[in-house]
Amino acid sequence: MNLRIASLGLAAVLALGTPVSAAEYEIDTKGAHASINFRIKHLGFSWLVGRFDTFSGTFSYDDKNPGAAKVAVDIDTASLNSNHAERDKHLRSADFLDVAKFPKASFVSKSVTPKGDGKAEITGDLTLHGVTKPVTIAATYIGGGEDPWGGFRQGFAGKTTLVLADFGITKDLGPAAKEVELDLHVEGVRK
Amino acid sequence: MTIRDTSEGYGIVTRLLHWSMALAVVAMFALGWWMVGLDYYSPYYRSAPDLHRSVGIVLLVALALRFGWRTANVRPDDRVLTPRERAVSHIVHVAFYPLLLAVMVSGYLISTVDGRPIDVFGLFSVPSLIQSKGLEDAAGFAHEWLAYLTIALATLHSAAALKHHFVDKSNILTRMWSGPSTTPSSPTERMRHP
Repeated sequence: MNLRIASLGLAAVLALGTPVSAAEYEIDTKGAHASINFRIKHLGFSWLVGRFDTFSGTFSYDDKNPGAAKVAVDIDTASLNSNHAERDKHLRSADFLDVAKFPKASFVSKSVTPKGDGKAEITGDLTLHGVTKPVTIAATYIGGGEDPWGGFRQGFAGKTTLVLADFGITKDLGPAAKEVELDLHVEGVRK
Repeated sequence: MTIRDTSEGYGIVTRLLHWSMALAVVAMFALGWWMVGLDYYSPYYRSAPDLHRSVGIVLLVALALRFGWRTANVRPDDRVLTPRERAVSHIVHVAFYPLLLAVMVSGYLISTVDGRPIDVFGLFSVPSLIQSKGLEDAAGFAHEWLAYLTIALATLHSAAALKHHFVDKSNILTRMWSGPSTTPSSPTERMRHP
């Protein structure tokens, strides 16, 4: 009996110790080791930086075959936060994101093209303001491995640029503010 | 000049507060309506909301003064009205106080729930008292709809005043403009029920 428990324990240790290359990961929004940030030029004079506080997502990743990776993220558009309540209220209004009508934005990857040296191009569909358009995210693998608490994590960063008018957001903020850059940081915990 | 309200009519304090606040409330509604549609590059994009916030704080002080003054004064005689008119006008008059208070508090919240103060004409600032993430949306919704309700109530109030003036030929409207007459026997007096 004791021997059986011991062997089960050994098997568990071995299983943990064996790297599972292909796996599903949940983006660690619980521990906030992920953020979706945006920046847009203010009058062309500086960058206005904001973020979406609430989102969730998953990805699959195989370090032996990064081209097979997939990612899907849902964003609560009302969670927009630019550290200014009056502006956030305006950005949520029908002038911009119209969150009452479009409470969710999402990204679903379609293909991942490894570029070597931990870099990849993730192409997929971004739905924002009710408009779905293909976008390409320039992704970088940051790191991965066992965390100190018995879990296994992988983390990435990504960048992409959107033209607001492409997504039907046409409120004029001036010639320098036609585009918004998304700056993404995700850490996934293996399921 | 009569300072306090009497049973004959309104003193100068009530009349000044009434007309200045009436003007300010209607102007604030128009300003608010206009400013939310301004282009980002409009020269008024920042100054119009600054003015709106500043006047709002002054109006809040005026509302408190008005309420205090109302409670500290006698109510002018309204027996020229029918019992039904008297009941409705009382409800309308009293409703203005919580309604205006709610409009101003909701407006204050839009600007202050993130901890920022409201600057009043560059003279002083009113600090943020409540910080709550996302409350600006509910406050904005309330501010807009309560403002519509205020204007609806003001329209009803004005229509009633005009009706009393032109149809009933009573002094209801004129007594809010000119002070109580020095001769106590007015048509109102003669029309008093026993």
